[in-house]
Amino acid sequence: MEVKLLGEKRALLVRVTGELDHHMAAKIKEEVDSKMRSSNAVSIIFDFSDLTFMDSSGIGVIMGRYKKTRTLGGHVIAYGVNAQILRIMEMSGIDKIIKLTPTYEKAARLLDK
Amino acid sequence: MSLEFLNKSENESFARVVAAAFASTLNPTAAELAEIKTAVSEAVTNAIIHGYENSVGMVRMEGKISGKTVEFTISDDGWGIEDVKRAREPLYTGKPDCERSGMGFSIMESFMDRVEVKSRLGEGTTVKMSKTIEL
Repeated sequence: MEVKLLGEKRALLVRVTGELDHHMAAKIKEEVDSKMRSSNAVSIIFDFSDLTFMDSSGIGVIMGRYKKTRTLGGHVIAYGVNAQILRIMEMSGIDKIIKLTPTYEKAARLLDK
Repeated sequence: MSLEFLNKSENESFARVVAAAFASTLNPTAAELAEIKTAVSEAVTNAIIHGYENSVGMVRMEGKISGKTVEFTISDDGWGIEDVKRAREPLYTGKPDCERSGMGFSIMESFMDRVEVKSRLGEGTTVKMSKTIEL
């Protein structure tokens, strides 16, 4: 996992690789929340291009971050979502709450609006 | 196949890999294998998070293949579930403060053909689930 601050966009770019399960979820929450507190970021862009697996723990992470960004007036965007992960997102309805884009460029553009 | 491991979250990925390797002898499609991995992950995560709360315990996973059907039984000797019917409802979570989505059983039910849950307070929980791989 890699967390990068996009200062101008007031967003964190969170690249999650491998498998997002309950074990990984705890690390993401901790790192993202601490970076949110120590920066001006109000939005999160998740890069899931190299994420091969996600279970319901991932839904919990995204939902939790969504609630946090919403109180700050920001957004959660995810890109590079594969078919298995999209199916889990659709089952939970989270695909209707956050924004999904195919590429980073499109995700970044959403924050410029 | 039988496997026993400590209720540590690091072991979730290990259990998934073993389940996928075991089921792969039935030549499932990539999508079917992803469904099996996800369902097993949900059951194992439940056992790890809810089974023993903050104490140490063992989680067991057994696998059986009969014909074209693969069956996994995931069990713990932990606290047990007071109301199984309620626990299986979509979006219900026993841990609302922990950002759990409450989707675990719903995912197991939609990704597997059969899911059976047996639990007794103070004795633990057993989740048995199976899926038939069509040719």
